[in-house]
Amino acid sequence: MSDIKNEIVRHIPHLRRFARALVNGVEVADDLVQDCLERAWAKRDKWDSRRDMRPWLFSIMHSVYANNARRYKRTPSMISYSELDDAAAAPDEHVELTMTDLQRALDQVSDEHREILLLIGLEQMSYKDSAEVLGIPIGTVMSRLMRARKRLRELMTDPTMPMTMIRRVK
Amino acid sequence: MPASARTVTDTHLQSYVDKRLNRLQEAEVEKFLFDHPVIKTELREYQLFNRSFHHMFDSVLDERLPKRLVEFDQEVTKNRISLAQAAVVFIALSVGLVAGWFGRGEFGPVGDPVAGETTLAMVRDAFSYHAVYTPEVRHPVEVPSSQQAHLVGWLSKRLKTKVTAPNLSETGFNLLGGRLLSSGNAPAAQFMYENAKGQRVTLFTRKRQSGEADSAFRYASKGKVNGFYWTDSELSFVLISDASKEQISKMAHVVYEKLNK
Repeated sequence: MSDIKNEIVRHIPHLRRFARALVNGVEVADDLVQDCLERAWAKRDKWDSRRDMRPWLFSIMHSVYANNARRYKRTPSMISYSELDDAAAAPDEHVELTMTDLQRALDQVSDEHREILLLIGLEQMSYKDSAEVLGIPIGTVMSRLMRARKRLRELMTDPTMPMTMIRRVK
Repeated sequence: MPASARTVTDTHLQSYVDKRLNRLQEAEVEKFLFDHPVIKTELREYQLFNRSFHHMFDSVLDERLPKRLVEFDQEVTKNRISLAQAAVVFIALSVGLVAGWFGRGEFGPVGDPVAGETTLAMVRDAFSYHAVYTPEVRHPVEVPSSQQAHLVGWLSKRLKTKVTAPNLSETGFNLLGGRLLSSGNAPAAQFMYENAKGQRVTLFTRKRQSGEADSAFRYASKGKVNGFYWTDSELSFVLISDASKEQISKMAHVVYEKLNK
């Protein structure tokens, strides 16, 4: 395997985690990852090997996703039966319920908000790298992040998703 | 969030949530939050979101990578159909065909599991013609591959659009030739291929009809015969063979690649 392939492969688990959170369904998420990897491979000459590959790969995933959002469309609250079974069998039911609520809230925020919440909150991407990934100024990253969090919180505090649930997560 | 008249900005607050401040800045924010309990609660919840994201999705990091994700350096993975996707939807049609939908549109809209009636009529015709001509020993084709230029020129003229017989030799199948047929009221072409074992494949095509949308590869079968069909901007295609579904899906990809070069 070439060095560049090795380097790309190293990042696949993170791309998958991000994709899994960004869209619904394991297969659809992996489709997004695969499309991203094929695009990255096709433009591998464009990668500056002196730089960290992670923001470069995530910026490709961002553009693949943004340009084909319809293809990877989230189907709100589509939880598979096996996931429901897992939830029912979970030792701490409240944690699982909260996760479902948060998942539902995440389903409902805009694509833009979901991306920034996950890039920073899940992938722990720096604000600077996030700006690069999304192709926006860092000031926009900060203001978008703030709005996205407020929105997610509003959805979580919706009467149908009682806030008491989320407090039980430890 | 009230950002006025203080040294602690919104950016500081978000950075505090993400634990990206130095100790001095962090202490400043904490002092500020002591006087603003409502904001403090809000930020705690944001931190909880971050932790919850990890709780929900970190297990993905430990999953074994599916094969298809590590083969991105192989050209053939483009325009793929995964078997997992093949399992998504199977809908029985009244004519005895089974049409499947491969979950996503490589070249078109996603969400309509079954092709329109116009397309399905073509698929039925293609299966019938496949059954009629592939067993032919002496006259499987009207124009043999030795006259390929003439064949595609003639068919292009009759179909009123450019048609080509893609080279499938990399799959072991070589062009035998083709014939002019019809589907509905439209002229259609059938190309026939054969491998060293005498197994035959037909590629049936006609001009895209009004109301036919671009579509992903779809699967259809009749008895032991399998087919994939799709529509691009100009033409609709049906690729049929008694080869396995996997084999024919691979072939369909090759056809698609060749036609879109």
